[in-house]
Amino acid sequence: MDILRFITAGSVDDGKSTLIGRLLYDSKSILADQLIAIEKQSKNKASSEIDLAILTDGLRAEREQGITIDVAYKYFSTPKRKFISIDAPGHIQYTRNMVTGASNADLAIILIDARNGVVEQTRRHFIIASLLGIQHIVVAINKMDLVAFSEERYKHIVNEYKNIQQQLGLKDVVFIPISALGGDNVVEKSTNMNWYKGEALLSLLETIQVDTDINLTDMRFPVQYVIRPQTEGLHDYRGYAGKLSSGIVKRGDEVLVLPSGISSTIKAIELGGKEVVEALAPQSIVIRLTDDIDVSRGDMIVKSESQPKLTQDIEVVLCWMDTKHLEVGSNYIIQHNTKQVRCVVKEVAYKLNVNTLEKEYGSSSIQLNEVCRVILKTASPLAVDLYSYLRSNGSAILIDETSYVTVGACIISG
Amino acid sequence: MSKHKLNYIEQLESEAIYILREVAGQFERPALLFSGGKDSTVLVKLAEKAFRPGKFPFPLLHIDTGHNFPEALAFRDELVKQTGEKLIVRHVADTIKAKKLSEPKGKFASRNALQTYTLLDTIEEFGFDACIGGARRDEEKARAKERIFSVRDEFGQWNPKLQRPELWNIYNGKIHKGENVRAFPISNWTELDVWNYIKKENIALPSIYFSHERECVLTPSNQLVAVSDYIQIDKTDTMVKKQVRYRTVGDMTCTAAVESKATTIDAVIAEITASQISERGETRIDDKVSEAAMEDRKKIGYF
Repeated sequence: MDILRFITAGSVDDGKSTLIGRLLYDSKSILADQLIAIEKQSKNKASSEIDLAILTDGLRAEREQGITIDVAYKYFSTPKRKFISIDAPGHIQYTRNMVTGASNADLAIILIDARNGVVEQTRRHFIIASLLGIQHIVVAINKMDLVAFSEERYKHIVNEYKNIQQQLGLKDVVFIPISALGGDNVVEKSTNMNWYKGEALLSLLETIQVDTDINLTDMRFPVQYVIRPQTEGLHDYRGYAGKLSSGIVKRGDEVLVLPSGISSTIKAIELGGKEVVEALAPQSIVIRLTDDIDVSRGDMIVKSESQPKLTQDIEVVLCWMDTKHLEVGSNYIIQHNTKQVRCVVKEVAYKLNVNTLEKEYGSSSIQLNEVCRVILKTASPLAVDLYSYLRSNGSAILIDETSYVTVGACIISG
Repeated sequence: MSKHKLNYIEQLESEAIYILREVAGQFERPALLFSGGKDSTVLVKLAEKAFRPGKFPFPLLHIDTGHNFPEALAFRDELVKQTGEKLIVRHVADTIKAKKLSEPKGKFASRNALQTYTLLDTIEEFGFDACIGGARRDEEKARAKERIFSVRDEFGQWNPKLQRPELWNIYNGKIHKGENVRAFPISNWTELDVWNYIKKENIALPSIYFSHERECVLTPSNQLVAVSDYIQIDKTDTMVKKQVRYRTVGDMTCTAAVESKATTIDAVIAEITASQISERGETRIDDKVSEAAMEDRKKIGYF
């Protein structure tokens, strides 16, 4: 059994929360007392049916306004998998939450209202999922009950989306016609749409392969913390604690410490306090080296045959998340793995229109929810990979130097 | 290596250890909130895996309401002795005296909300810049919205609408003087995940997590509340003697027991799997007051 983390995205009223509610309800993951609470609140809102959306709307303001403000996490299991569902809001002003949710997802479910087809918001969600390198996408065409379960309508929307799919070069995309409200093709196959020959959503989620997405060839070990007990018998112990973000490491491997470039050999690997011969991503381990060299938090241990790029000039696709604009020439803190360094925005290469994918040149100021390609210069070198090659070592965040708020998501692209 | 894949418990464990080490790496004075309950006991186990053979880079901190189960306190002290780590205890009763707070009144009067005052005072006393807690997102719907690194202002307040975006597994722990971070390493675990981990690692727990005989008051909403000096017993109350265990361990005044015959970890797991009622719904009396009870408490500094 493994974990599948998926995000649901859609525009306002596409029924995301209802879909999650339906998955939980039909897979019997909602318990009796939670159901009673939902029934009580549904009555509060004077609706006759059980409102499954109440399950994910956790904050008072969300219930009052009937919208989802913040990313909500829900958990359920079937005998085949543990699922972490990330519900990202559809409101345009909360797009940063979609990026946040997508950054941790293996799979995206993008909802479309069968009556509306392609709208600006859903195009945007598709593009964001693609920018964040989500490998698997399920397009759920919802509210089929409101278009009389029409195959023709379904096919029309699928064709509309095939255009975007080609534009973005996405590979694993599956379409499913559903009704979240009625439960059609969510957990059980619908009898209202016999023309649909594919699987129901849940069985698809149970079987899609995601473990092959983990890179086991390029070892990257960002050091988080140095363990130095300095007790009787352990005077010389220096253990480098961290999570192997990709690759495999074995005792005896020749390694390099970056940015210093000093080489050494793996003397021991410890997993949960016990020595092991080898470890693989994403295990949290402790590494000890044969040589007594200077290694500290923020350094990265790699193998010499596969090295990241050590550079102070980084090109990134940036999703801007702050109300204060990004300006060329401004300084920020960039956090890449466990390392924080200062950086300056040298240039905005172009702004990316996330509705059309067109590049817009000539901007030097970027606003909340805008996506652009920028060139950064860092105060000291970072050991990076391209996001498209190695997601775990190709991502970073920008932090405002005075407010300390996370203001940007960086997808390293050059 | 024959196995090139982590199972889901190993994935969760690795993520939690990573978060604990991020706290250790990013903060100067962290503390681990420890109550003797199963979630914080699992955190102690994870901290051992994260930092041995070194010492924990933080003390354990218990905010003692004075209404604890004696079994949980005994367990707490035993675990502290075994691990050799430092424990700090601060008492809600002292805060009530010093700040002239009003004791809550009523039948099952709970000091749960007053814990916040003691916690905030303790954070100030020691200058803690990060507090690690065992809260899980599956417990309650306001918790489902909280970040792994959750920034609190100098009044300890949580602003759910102004949370920092949290991307990939990059945790931004930068804060201003006076602010602090609540860090939640087992955010993505469910109750069942916690029990499966307890089983896998054979982690010892306070005895009240397993079936035992206890005298209880049967409330009108059919909850079983242990007879203790901290609750008010009226002549009209229905008293019962039952085989019970606890699903969560909070205060004796606001934690309800469940009827159970489970004396082993396996039997507990079997009962939870078959249960039709959620953990908090079954055991916490204080969440039933309003729909937004937890959200309101969190906003003013509660865990």
